[in-house]
Amino acid sequence: MTYQSGTLRLDKEKCTGCGMCVDVCPHAVFTLTGHKAGIQALQRCMECGACQRNCPADAIQVATGVGCAAAMIQGALKGTAPTCGCSSKKKNGAGHRSPNCC
Amino acid sequence: MEISHTINHDQIGTMLTWRDRLRHWGYRWGIGRMHAMVTPGLYQVGSPGAQSPVLVSANYRMSVDKLRSVLTGRDAWILVIDTKGINVWCAAGKGTFGTDELAKRVSRHELKTFVNHRRLIVPQLGAPGVAAHLVRKKTGFTVVYGPVRAADLPAFLDAGKATPEMRRVTFRLPERMAVIPMELIPSLFPLLGIAVGISLAAGVRAGMVFLAIGLSTPVMVPIFHDWLPGKWLSIKGMVWAFLALLAAVMLVSLPAMIWAALALSVVSVSAYLALNFTGSTTYTSVNGVKKEMSRMLPVIIGVAGLAVALWIYVGVGRFF
Repeated sequence: MTYQSGTLRLDKEKCTGCGMCVDVCPHAVFTLTGHKAGIQALQRCMECGACQRNCPADAIQVATGVGCAAAMIQGALKGTAPTCGCSSKKKNGAGHRSPNCC
Repeated sequence: MEISHTINHDQIGTMLTWRDRLRHWGYRWGIGRMHAMVTPGLYQVGSPGAQSPVLVSANYRMSVDKLRSVLTGRDAWILVIDTKGINVWCAAGKGTFGTDELAKRVSRHELKTFVNHRRLIVPQLGAPGVAAHLVRKKTGFTVVYGPVRAADLPAFLDAGKATPEMRRVTFRLPERMAVIPMELIPSLFPLLGIAVGISLAAGVRAGMVFLAIGLSTPVMVPIFHDWLPGKWLSIKGMVWAFLALLAAVMLVSLPAMIWAALALSVVSVSAYLALNFTGSTTYTSVNGVKKEMSRMLPVIIGVAGLAVALWIYVGVGRFF
């Protein structure tokens, strides 16, 4: 399964080779050779941001966000940030969310 | 540190009843899903002790159910954190399944008084929201990422580590079929509305052909996902609509003009419905979806505009 991606960047200078990115990536985008991580399959990246969040050396950059077309269109029409409403603000947690998003 | 067992934490079982399974089925259709919440807190499976593993989960009922159902015969702690009833992966994407909430729960539920190790097993799909190194700094606990699927958890616990397969997200037929209801339901009323409009312009038969092909799209694009050509979901939707239309032409007899209007209608509508499937897949990326939308939405809107013009022409010819 490949879609398309371009925003994932790895700064090899900063990489300490801890291997966290290899562990958290759900699409095996990274490999660890010696003491450096490398991107072996950029085309499989879904920009979930797990690697960036868990890189203690701050060596990974990726633009993440809601990857749901309906939410993006709604956001564009309303002039707000795209949201699935999955993180409901309502007290009972039963807020609106785009029906087919996550 | 002294390990206290004086507080009796909620014990949860590992057997799923038919009621649980019925509930899960309902959630897939949106029935009760927004209220499917478990009270956050520390739960016991079996008779956990100071050395038993701590498994972290979201407070979406299906998340907790999937987790507990694989723990039969084991002793473990389950730390349920507050994600407002949303599953692990989605909540992690929004940050509610995140570093701060996890750290808060570890201290609020006094985890250190129940275990003498310092390890939290967090589902791998929680990683977009949880920064393992920051959790360690805040709580002293080391985050160990468990497998993607709860089903792999027993093997993970026995081996103490994940295999590469356990770390990969898949999108196989049963997984794709599980999201069909959430594609189908939101499209019901819009498709019915368009079908009524087409019926008024060109007769019920044309309206029914549209409705059948329209409704088939959110079902068949997920099922035939791997075999439909195109990297983009909207292209897969168009191809499906075209194939379904070919079948309809062989089964139903309608004037050529109406077939032309139907073709434009189903191709644009199916492309749009399939484009929305990006929100349910396990592999599409946000910038990829943006690119697909910027290329395909103008095409979809253009074709839909042509379809509307043609239906108006057909309708005017019919009534005047």
